[in-house]
Amino acid sequence: MADLDDKTLTTATTADPDRPPLTRPQLPAAAPYITAAISWGLSGAIALGLGWGIAGWIVVGWAIFLVALPAWSRALEGGRKAVDRMVTILVWTTFAIAMMPLVAVSWTVIERGAPAFSVEFFTSDQSGVIGIGGGVLHAIIGTAIITLVATLISVPIGIMAAVYLVEYGKNNRMSRILTFLVDVMTGIPSIVAGLFALALFTLLLGPLPRLAVGGSIALSVLMIPIVVRSTEEMLKLVPDELREGAYALGVPKWRTITKVVIPTALGGIVTGATLAVARVAGETAPLLLIAGTLRSINTNPFDGGMQTLPVLIFSEATKGAARPEYVVAQLERAWGSALVLIIIVMGLNLLARVVGAYFSPKTGR
Amino acid sequence: MSTTMTEPEKPAQATPPRRGGDAIFAGTAYGAGVLIMLALAGVAIFLLLESIPALSASGDQAYGADNIVVYIWPLIYGTILAAIIALIFATPLAIGVALIISHYAPRRIAKLLGYVIDLLAAVPSVVYGLWGRETLQGYVFPIYQWLSDNLGWIPLFDGPVTTGRTILTAGLVLAVMILPIITALCREIFAQTPQMHQEAALALGATRWEMIKMAVFPYSRSGVVSSVMLGLGRALGETMAVALVLSASGVITIDLVSSQNPSTIAANIALNYANASGTKANVLIFGGLVLFVVTFAVNFLGRWLAARGKVKE
Repeated sequence: MADLDDKTLTTATTADPDRPPLTRPQLPAAAPYITAAISWGLSGAIALGLGWGIAGWIVVGWAIFLVALPAWSRALEGGRKAVDRMVTILVWTTFAIAMMPLVAVSWTVIERGAPAFSVEFFTSDQSGVIGIGGGVLHAIIGTAIITLVATLISVPIGIMAAVYLVEYGKNNRMSRILTFLVDVMTGIPSIVAGLFALALFTLLLGPLPRLAVGGSIALSVLMIPIVVRSTEEMLKLVPDELREGAYALGVPKWRTITKVVIPTALGGIVTGATLAVARVAGETAPLLLIAGTLRSINTNPFDGGMQTLPVLIFSEATKGAARPEYVVAQLERAWGSALVLIIIVMGLNLLARVVGAYFSPKTGR
Repeated sequence: MSTTMTEPEKPAQATPPRRGGDAIFAGTAYGAGVLIMLALAGVAIFLLLESIPALSASGDQAYGADNIVVYIWPLIYGTILAAIIALIFATPLAIGVALIISHYAPRRIAKLLGYVIDLLAAVPSVVYGLWGRETLQGYVFPIYQWLSDNLGWIPLFDGPVTTGRTILTAGLVLAVMILPIITALCREIFAQTPQMHQEAALALGATRWEMIKMAVFPYSRSGVVSSVMLGLGRALGETMAVALVLSASGVITIDLVSSQNPSTIAANIALNYANASGTKANVLIFGGLVLFVVTFAVNFLGRWLAARGKVKE
């Protein structure tokens, strides 16, 4: 490419010296890297001279790079190419900035959460603990139970509603209304879902109810639309030939759906459901309102409140303490729980991808 | 639902055979749909029922405000302010990152980068809140001091700066949280730009940026606006990040860096529910109802714009 350009350039100029060349010279392919090295090298020299930190070095180097490469390009390639190079730098910069919080959060959570990990942390609860010590087993169990119950409520309802939309609704009035309502539900703020459960159980049980299953119901409100959406997408991907083939063999419609359509789309459905579980496992606001806080293990979702990891993080981070060392212990517990929660959520995300990859060859390609 | 009634009339119809199991299965699917409708109606009805007593609340029961409007107004202001700060930071970043994934990065890396951005969305909001409260506020504190010292004549940076836990920090954390949502929607839209338009632009000698300006942006304008609206809907309702980060005092101010900050509806509920007795609980639920209506309106507008944009193609 480059030598071709050179050739046409030379022929154009030798043929008619008065005509402007048909092509312009280009920067070498390594130009961005060379300029980057020079920019940050220069910035490093200034930073050392003036005693700036790493942040100053990176920012000043970036500023030099942002000016230098387009300037070089402008001199050689012309203004339009220079603008293009500048925009390319800016666009990649947005990506670098977007990565910073992810790296910073992961790093901080690991750095501050890992010291909290111990056998006691995973095998005991907070009953009778004042300030220092104890574990978060009760919160891990609570998160597991509440999320499991929410999954048991949401996944069947979500899948059946998606089946109705794709297989039975066929764009009739009911299915259009339902699609619209699922859209509305997707946008419900999590705290409003919690208030719904709170209002519901206030009417049933009296003021300030604490009930773990209420938390599951609130999470279901958030989870159902995600399951409906993902299942709907997957069912739509199932080719109509499969359904018609089954009908031609005399298979009833419901057997067609349960034995042909759903198994074909199963990978996608499971992936969607797992991602939905991962999404609600970290929800805090609804559980704070209805499942409350508890210092000991409760395994019965129909009997009183239940501690969960997100709520534990929130309450440990915000509650006051009698002594400064208690605050340190509470924060360590909060960061430790945050690390456990992130491991659970990331594990579920990874599981979803693995399941999706494992099932996907069956669905056609 | 009339599975057997019309059967003998049209024997030649190419419908699948029907059995008893069919009626049950179809009924279950229909029932699931009805249940979703009931759940949503339940959300609206229970919130309405429980917020009626709040309309007459005043004085102590309305947390010291004369009436419910006086109480809720600063919270609405704070909610919108925090969300707008988040949008100002997140929108350009999200468009840039979406362009990276759809047009700049090599295809194989682009998919990986998409996963990485999705991981940002997977981090629970309470973890972002904890990070903002414990870590980020320490980073931004010197920057706020500098802003207040050097740009204090701008009302936004009036100060005095005594903490990093201001509405600006809350907005920054919200920006991180809505970034992956806007990015995911934008990159779908950018990727839908007709290949022919892009190749035509490149064939006419456009640089990559000119191609994006001429072919991609005009095509995706309404889609980008709608994804920003959906991001706004998320930012308005976000609770834990704001509740943990902000040290709120319920004032109306445009000063972004002082310790006097407006709170948001959602954060206010999370912080006050525990000792909300009597009508106070109703006042908080009324706040939730307002939030529900506002986010509904924003999301509706976003989806309407998206639908209108689709018709155009």
